[in-house]
Amino acid sequence: MQYLKQVMVILFFSFLGELLYLLIPLPVPASIYGMALLFLSLLTGIVKLAQVEDAADFLLGIMPVFFISPTVSIMTSYGSIADHLMVFLVICIVSTLAALFLCASVSQWMIRKKRGMKSSGRRGGTGK
Amino acid sequence: MNELLTDSVFFGIALSLCCYFAGVKLQKKTGIALLNPLPVAAVMIIVVLCVLQIDYETYDIGAKYITYFLTPATVCLAVPLYRQVKLLKENAAAILCGILAGCAGHTLVVAALGLCFALDRVSVISILPKSVTTPIAMGVCEESGGITGIVVIGVMIAGNIGAVFAPALLKLIKITEPEAQGLGIGCCSHALGTSTAVKLGEVQAAMSSLAIVVTGIMTVIIVPIVAKFL
Repeated sequence: MQYLKQVMVILFFSFLGELLYLLIPLPVPASIYGMALLFLSLLTGIVKLAQVEDAADFLLGIMPVFFISPTVSIMTSYGSIADHLMVFLVICIVSTLAALFLCASVSQWMIRKKRGMKSSGRRGGTGK
Repeated sequence: MNELLTDSVFFGIALSLCCYFAGVKLQKKTGIALLNPLPVAAVMIIVVLCVLQIDYETYDIGAKYITYFLTPATVCLAVPLYRQVKLLKENAAAILCGILAGCAGHTLVVAALGLCFALDRVSVISILPKSVTTPIAMGVCEESGGITGIVVIGVMIAGNIGAVFAPALLKLIKITEPEAQGLGIGCCSHALGTSTAVKLGEVQAAMSSLAIVVTGIMTVIIVPIVAKFL
């Protein structure tokens, strides 16, 4: 019963997300609207963390399963890249690594810089 | 045989889950982190479908019901985000700059390599939005004049690279701050990479979910503009 209630809340927000998706003409998926709405509701206290967290943790834990069918769908669109498969793969792999490295390095550098400034201000504090 | 499977809703679901758990078992038994259950399961399913000569549409009659849960699961990412809201406020500047660097770098690399290899314009445009979650990527791709079938493959490759290799790669380049780890994963490999970030820890999960949203917004703005200049 507990779980069912939590699933109900989550599905309700998914539905609200779909409504927004229909109303707002942007290429933003319903799930992102739903996530933003649930986040705002948690912040404002309309929804309490305890009302969703068990079911949410369960769904997040098995999230890769929901990607199985989209991954398998590669077999249907494979034909459109078959001619230049190697080039396609190289570009995809290199650009993905570039995004990972750049984003992670820049954010780590800024987090450490900020922490360094804080701790020197506090005279040897950990800055955490 | 094929007719029976065409009528069965549970064939796709059962096949997906069986292959996934076989993948989980294989990873546990071999202890090889790179054998991520998702790509392993996908390969097994494709092999089964090819051998039995079943087309994807028939498989998806059942499998689509699993995919339905993708939306509620993505909505649930609000939970780790909320738990880490303090961290998020503290690091707002680092988050924005990091993701901007990731998006800009990604766009540049795709465009530059596309030119180097003399790849046609439409294919390059179709690869540009591949860092973000499938629905956004497809929307942006269509709007910019790309082919959605191509971007879906790109999205899946990016996601699987993030999900399988990101933890090892981050270690290799000495990214040890959990915030930076999460942001990097979310920025390059959307919700699929985030499913790995969830396993690294709560901070990584929250940062990765946040990165999906911010990267999505930046992609919606950047890609259509860049596409015009290609």
